[in-house]
Amino acid sequence: MVPLSYYLILSGILFACGVTGFLIKRNIITIFLSIELMLNGANLSFVAFAAQWHALSGQVFVFFVMVVAAAEAAVGLAIIIAVFRTRETLNVDRVNLLKL
Amino acid sequence: MIHLILFLIFGAICVAGAVNLLAQRHPINSALSLVVVMGSLAGEYLLLGAEFVAAIQVIIYAGAIMVLFVFVIMLLNAGAEEDTGGSRVALLFGVPGMLIGTVLMAWVLLERSGTQAVSMGALPGPPKTIGWLLFHDFLLPFEVTSVLVLIAIMGAVVLASHPESVQQRNKES
Amino acid sequence: MLSIETFVIVSVIKIVIALFVLLTAVAYTVWLERKVVGHIQNRWGPTRVGPFGLLQPLADGIKFLFKEDLTPPHVYKPLYIAAPMIALVCALTSISVIPVGNWVTVAGVHTPLQITDLNIGLLLILGITSMGVYGVALAGWSSNNKYSLLGGLRASAQMVSYEVSLGLSLVGVLIVAGSFSLRDIVEAQGGHFWGFIPKWNIFYGGQIVAFFIYLISAYAETNRVPFDLPEAESELVAGYHTEYSAMKFAMFFMAEYANMITVACVASLLFLGGWHGPVFGPPILQALLPIFWFVLRVFAFLFIYIWVRGTLPRFRYDQLMAFGWKVLLPLAIANLVITALVVTLRS
Repeated sequence: MVPLSYYLILSGILFACGVTGFLIKRNIITIFLSIELMLNGANLSFVAFAAQWHALSGQVFVFFVMVVAAAEAAVGLAIIIAVFRTRETLNVDRVNLLKL
Repeated sequence: MIHLILFLIFGAICVAGAVNLLAQRHPINSALSLVVVMGSLAGEYLLLGAEFVAAIQVIIYAGAIMVLFVFVIMLLNAGAEEDTGGSRVALLFGVPGMLIGTVLMAWVLLERSGTQAVSMGALPGPPKTIGWLLFHDFLLPFEVTSVLVLIAIMGAVVLASHPESVQQRNKES
Repeated sequence: MLSIETFVIVSVIKIVIALFVLLTAVAYTVWLERKVVGHIQNRWGPTRVGPFGLLQPLADGIKFLFKEDLTPPHVYKPLYIAAPMIALVCALTSISVIPVGNWVTVAGVHTPLQITDLNIGLLLILGITSMGVYGVALAGWSSNNKYSLLGGLRASAQMVSYEVSLGLSLVGVLIVAGSFSLRDIVEAQGGHFWGFIPKWNIFYGGQIVAFFIYLISAYAETNRVPFDLPEAESELVAGYHTEYSAMKFAMFFMAEYANMITVACVASLLFLGGWHGPVFGPPILQALLPIFWFVLRVFAFLFIYIWVRGTLPRFRYDQLMAFGWKVLLPLAIANLVITALVVTLRS
């Protein structure tokens, strides 16, 4: 018997790590990975509350989050490839000007 | 008792993977740490009884989306991250802010969450019932996500295809 | 129900036996392949080491153990060492949900001939197959060699593409059987119809098209001819395992053949009726005969694998990917829709 707040704290820690990675990292792919980490933390919250309130719709919603994450990863990585082709760098500090 | 031990083991692996993602300089190490986080999250889902969600987490998230990330890292091969300073505001206010926010949230949750304890395998989620829900109560979101995936496929193909200027540059050289 | 201690001891015994049998089967599948391909090419294959060359796998194992384990200088060491281990672990883990026979009673313990009967057993196998892609991709990248990188990328892109049609071809079987548990799927194929034709999923379940889609996708998943461009000797040196020698190469080798055996087992369980067959005689024979029928089906599937390897030329990479996405995937989806329609109309 584990209190539900433990699961929520774990979910919060994962989300906080994701936000910290988003703020401090300079490589665009690592920033993207931090976004995925945030989504995973949110998924854990969904499943935890589904178990609390005996509502399976929590688990079904995790599905939709995963599908959205997949679509976003595909398009985001395509954008990263396109940016890399022109700027030759993956560092976000070097792509902060509109002019090459 | 055993539920708590298993939860702590998987939770420790999750947090260790997340911290490793932040600590590593080369993106391939960060991506593989994220795969470890996803694997242990699948273990957490199994502890809550969500067996189908756990299997889907491994098959789709860790086995397809992260493979896509690893592909792109291998293809672009940009190497370890260099130190270009970054935003000082984010470092000064963001990181301590996140730490304080997390501690505050943990304290509030432990004291006043108003939730009860859950047992091991609290809400079994067999594929049959989830499929029933997906195709009856959640039919509209399901169809909308299929359109979303189609748009994502088209967008990815268009964005990643070779632009005309590259082809012309190659012809001239 | 068994007590915890008995359950643990019985499980450990089953795991040890299963691993031992699987590794021996891997070694003798290599022997079978060399003999069969040799005979197809009008030559003998191994004949010198032991009668009919039967001790050749032993000689090969000893050779791999004693070979110099060379690590090239500029590889990315952690992943270079971890990649063959990931490939081998994923190849060996799938055996844990594969049932080989009915429930038996050994020394007073009533236990199924399966390490664990998960109610999402088929999803576990699909998940482990997805994780096996990492072994190939990371091996190609960490070797710091352009042929390895290209071979690794091509092999992993091929595996990911054919996983989709592999999974979809299995969904037809799931609709007919109504469960993800491998034991339930096999038990739904018991009995006969029209007197003597067995109720396997190929015949009565109507999954003949799905069987062929599964067969072709399995050849592509395990990187075997006609889809073995990423690792063919004449194409990319040796693809993703170019820079590996001795024990690490042996791990990739074992992983490939273990994947073949796993795929053959899954096909036998899902499409060819599992362990059903004539059972007679005393209880010891009644426990062993289903295993014999199961092994017979797996052997037939492996023989077809090796036969195809000796016969067909290989696909070019763009032909391979086009075939997977433009032909197999629509066929698998059509099979799924038709199966769902038929099952709904029948009930």
